[in-house]
Amino acid sequence: MNTAVNRIKEFLGPEIAGPGLAFVAVMLFFSLASPQFLSSATFGSVAFQLPELGLLTLAMLLPVLTGGLNLAITFTANLAGLTVAWVLQANGGVDASMASFVLGCILAIAVGAATGVVMGLVIAYTRAHPILVSLSMMIFVRGLGEFLTRGGDISGFPAFLQPIGHGSLAGIPIPLLIFIVCVLVWHVLLTRLKLGFNTYMIGSNIDAARYSGVNTRKVLVLVYTLSGAMSAVAGIIMLARFNSVRVGHGESYLLITVLACFLGGVNPFGGFGRVIPVFVALVVLQLLSSGLNLMGANQHLATAVWGILLIAVMILRWLAAQLMIFNRRKG
Amino acid sequence: MADIPGTGAKPLLSLHNINMTFGGIKALKNVSFEVLPGEVHCLAGENGSGKSTLIKIITGVYRPEDGAVIEYDGQTYSHMSPVTAQASGIQVIWQDLALFPEMTVAENIAFQTVIGRWPRFVNYRTMHDIAVKALKRLGVALDVDAPLKDYSIAQRQIVAIARALVGEAKLVFMDEPTASLTQSETDHLIEIVRSLSASGVAVVFVSHRLAEVLEISNRLTVLRDGALVGVYPVEGMTQSRVTELMTGKNFDQQVRAKSVRDNPIVLEVKRLSRPGQFHDISFNVRSGETLGITGLLGAGRTELALALFGMLKPRSGSVSLHGKPVRFSSNRDAIKAGIAYLSEDRLSLGLIQPQSIADNLVIASLDSIKSGGLLSDDRKRQLVARWIADLGVKIGRQSDAVSTLSGGNQQRIAIAKWLATDPKLLILDAPTVGVDVGARAGIFEIVAKLAESGLAIILISDEVPEVYFNADRVLHMAQGQIAGWFDPQSCSLQEIEAAVYA
Repeated sequence: MNTAVNRIKEFLGPEIAGPGLAFVAVMLFFSLASPQFLSSATFGSVAFQLPELGLLTLAMLLPVLTGGLNLAITFTANLAGLTVAWVLQANGGVDASMASFVLGCILAIAVGAATGVVMGLVIAYTRAHPILVSLSMMIFVRGLGEFLTRGGDISGFPAFLQPIGHGSLAGIPIPLLIFIVCVLVWHVLLTRLKLGFNTYMIGSNIDAARYSGVNTRKVLVLVYTLSGAMSAVAGIIMLARFNSVRVGHGESYLLITVLACFLGGVNPFGGFGRVIPVFVALVVLQLLSSGLNLMGANQHLATAVWGILLIAVMILRWLAAQLMIFNRRKG
Repeated sequence: MADIPGTGAKPLLSLHNINMTFGGIKALKNVSFEVLPGEVHCLAGENGSGKSTLIKIITGVYRPEDGAVIEYDGQTYSHMSPVTAQASGIQVIWQDLALFPEMTVAENIAFQTVIGRWPRFVNYRTMHDIAVKALKRLGVALDVDAPLKDYSIAQRQIVAIARALVGEAKLVFMDEPTASLTQSETDHLIEIVRSLSASGVAVVFVSHRLAEVLEISNRLTVLRDGALVGVYPVEGMTQSRVTELMTGKNFDQQVRAKSVRDNPIVLEVKRLSRPGQFHDISFNVRSGETLGITGLLGAGRTELALALFGMLKPRSGSVSLHGKPVRFSSNRDAIKAGIAYLSEDRLSLGLIQPQSIADNLVIASLDSIKSGGLLSDDRKRQLVARWIADLGVKIGRQSDAVSTLSGGNQQRIAIAKWLATDPKLLILDAPTVGVDVGARAGIFEIVAKLAESGLAIILISDEVPEVYFNADRVLHMAQGQIAGWFDPQSCSLQEIEAAVYA
């Protein structure tokens, strides 16, 4: 019994408090404010919208844990989507086969991973700041994508893509299922693999990690590679959801992913943070936006409320820290 | 307070009845402290004994509890303020120097003279002249227009002293001034302190490097656990006596050296060289042996250790482990081969301070806590619990940040981290830096036990007594070369010290 409780605690991590409270607060507020909030429609909309932002946030999470950042995630996702689109078009467009889609996905993930390999190598060997490196990569990928598409959309995909973006399996939306699988993969990676362990250590002190025998360059390259690959998965889901690809899709998500990490208790300087609290934080952000939508608020207002929420979280964290210091002094 | 022994002079500074409480803990208990004009005074005590608190009261950073009497230069105060302290000539040179590396020497020395003046223009000509004058008084020639970052730590310290002199100092506190200096730099600093003292400026040293302090000071004030132990003339004082006063314990050390000539050779180094750092180094270490390496800062000790640990590449020469030649392309190879290196810089290289005790302990041996290809929390907990019990580390929870531990306990975690890799050779680089005098004995107790179990150990330290008492053989390095060998069983501590500080 006790060990089971400990296991759950271990799974959630100490960072769960913030997003957990926010979750309860948001649920309470909207349930009271709007009678339709607690309905399957709300949760359907959350479940379908969550994965795009969620997958991109997972892509952002790993570099943030190393004390870095990957600003190229959204355009890498677009480039990966374009890769799938081109493969489908080359194989008959609307009539393309399942096999060509699978091939497209593999190539897309390879393209995403390739952007990560390049960033990882540059960051690991030159020790240039990740913001600069990934910003350069972002501009390169965006420019490349716009050049190849001349700024237009690509659409016209086979019908079997429809369920991937909009279908459900046993009542659970397929994009959500893919996202949950990715969350669990990231969770295992960070808590049970050497790579994850070393990611945290590098995030706190890369030199001390190196002196302890951690292959810091390899870890950095792998982290950015996985980040790129996860961006590609996001790109594929976005393709299926919108039934089209355009460079710039999901661009507004970029900074939200950083904030979602932060809301999920990830240390912005690296070294600390867990996947599950970040997942809860994403659910909170999405509930907030759907709830406001339901109450007839403008989508832009929802974005503004996200900003306010995050500022409030910062102030509350500071207050909580003050309270802890105060209690320790007293004790 | 009793009269100051051996003097009839009126004190420049005298404090009585100083009490200070932080969060329920008494940091200072009814402490008195006196400094004579122009004397060199040593303030000694372990970490947490109240030295810094006392200095902060004198410089006006903290306000002592009611009842305190501070007499300075003929005036009586109940507390100081930073402004009065500075204006009346009390200056502190902090350990981190508090200088601006990007600014010029002149700006660093003279910036205080232009603060708050009206009109708010900066006269660089005046600053230049003030700086030149201050450095001249110290007998030092530096280019005052060069940025400070071009200069070494020792020279920066001189800049900090020059800045204090510009403020018309009568009383200068120096916080651990020699911690990062080489011997010749320390000698130069001591010269400067002597000339300051001769010109009537009183200097208070706060230091744990007792050798130098005893060489230069006139009197010694010892604090322990926030209380005054006593004021002593330095004449006739020994290091071990001061240590005893600081800790309240008797550390009569015994030479531990033993003969290990029959044990198998673990590490054999032949003619190892790396230009500019070490040259033509040959030695071996046997199983169960503790080889001491001493020498001044910059003698190439750490560079040699890093070369053995695969983090620096030697240009020529060979290293063999158990008779087999080895060549490492990184420290991961060295760790795999059975070499462990405890860094001299525990805060930024030895341990990952914000991370947990458990994670710091297992970082170098993750493969041993795997189960079914995944890291196992249970196995991690067990491994950590075993090492903590083995080395007698005092911790709260395994998940606490390692930075919450004391220096001595942190060092034990760092040692445990390397022992968990099952090494054949353990290199300990300055293992007692930042460890309280009282806890040092415990560290060496562990080292002795490890040697007994057959581990080969290289003990690097710039404190000669540490290697003299704890090593079987002592290698003296100077300017990157082997300058001599000593056997603690057949030579005295003074012989080695004389050679090292020659």
